[in-house]
Amino acid sequence: MATSQNSALLPSQAKFELKPPPYPLNALEPHMSQATLEYHWGKHHKTYVENLNKQIVGTELEGLSLEDIVVVSYNKGDVLPSFNNAAQAWNHEFFWESMKPGGGGKPSGELLDLIEKDFGSFDQFVEEFKSAAATQFGSGWAWLAYKASEKDKKLEVIKSVNAVNPLVSDYFPLLTVDVWEHAYYLDFQNRRPDYISTFMEKLVSWEAVSARLEKAKVQAAK
Amino acid sequence: MALRSLALATRKTLTLGLNSTRLTQSRALQTFSLPDLPYDYGALEPAISGEIMQLHHQKHHQTYITNYNKALEQLHDAIQKGDSSTVAKLQSAIKFNGGGHINHSIFWQNLAPIREGGGEPPKGSLGWVIDTNFGSLESLIQNINAEGAALQGSGWVWLGLDKELKKLVIETTANQDPLVTKGPHLVPLLGIDVWEHAYYLQYKNVRPDYLKNIWKVINWKYASEVYEKESA
Repeated sequence: MATSQNSALLPSQAKFELKPPPYPLNALEPHMSQATLEYHWGKHHKTYVENLNKQIVGTELEGLSLEDIVVVSYNKGDVLPSFNNAAQAWNHEFFWESMKPGGGGKPSGELLDLIEKDFGSFDQFVEEFKSAAATQFGSGWAWLAYKASEKDKKLEVIKSVNAVNPLVSDYFPLLTVDVWEHAYYLDFQNRRPDYISTFMEKLVSWEAVSARLEKAKVQAAK
Repeated sequence: MALRSLALATRKTLTLGLNSTRLTQSRALQTFSLPDLPYDYGALEPAISGEIMQLHHQKHHQTYITNYNKALEQLHDAIQKGDSSTVAKLQSAIKFNGGGHINHSIFWQNLAPIREGGGEPPKGSLGWVIDTNFGSLESLIQNINAEGAALQGSGWVWLGLDKELKKLVIETTANQDPLVTKGPHLVPLLGIDVWEHAYYLQYKNVRPDYLKNIWKVINWKYASEVYEKESA
């Protein structure tokens, strides 16, 4: 199971905290506005965390890590009530950490090698990722994820609906873009493709993606 | 013997004639276009902002129509070529975009400026059956709003008529699925778009406020007309 980040779990309260993005709320301007961060993190993400905390009190989910709650609540597709809040809490934390001020550009090193191996070229990966993000109908997410099996280790582009994420299919998520309308409507209105291009060109933190790949490889080796 | 051959020949000719008619009809592919709103973009303020109405109509609805037309053309080609794999592959694009066109066309008629009756409670048979089924209009609205607020992701909340069971139902559909996907006997009387694009610029994350306010511009006259026609 992928454990690619710390969830801010306070053992004494067994309550999840709303972790701030690793940059000030105006730091992604002009590509993602402060207003968007204020609503998206300060309202949407916050509400998922608060509602999750209320939901798990006194249940057997209390005390589990956020990722464990996501996988347990997914329940092979027959989702439990806490799935939506847990997965969205996880997804949004992962999303903030997928971006940085002055982001974009290209990855390097082993990550780039793997991308070129599995997609043919970096540009082809970008096209596939952008297409997945643009064609996820309604609400959802697009992902770059790592799958390690006995035979093979490979990268895949995945799109998912609403709160679903690749953890539930035993993938290691490496990168995500939120394509719920609330993620881009204030800045781009209906122009989702422009938002996705801006995300790729100006916001992606390839450092974060590389670090996650390293962790994933370590996990996979176990 | 001769008579039988004649009858056979006649039947064959008739069949050929019908086939060529069908071929001719299938060549004339209907394309869809954006219906005009029966009111100005700003006419539903302050319940729904003019900015939202314009984007919703000119961008979102138009895009569904454009993509629907494109998918239908591709479907038409695939059918003519007997390319079943493409026919099957196109189904989701047709449901998404065709559904988007259907649903939004209904939605614009579900809304009216206050000075044209928006918000006025239903009278006549629909008003009566609402009271009978739900106790009161307020109770119906509360139920619809609860369903609409609870819908995860993108979709619609509907007040529908079940023509078979002859009763009103509240239903939700995901994405742009039309109400009929929830039951072949369901007829939409009124639908509320709860995709974020329908309210975000004005209400942000507070979907319940949008749902509370939209009733001020709901056009019950249209819903009543549909109800009366479909329950006749």
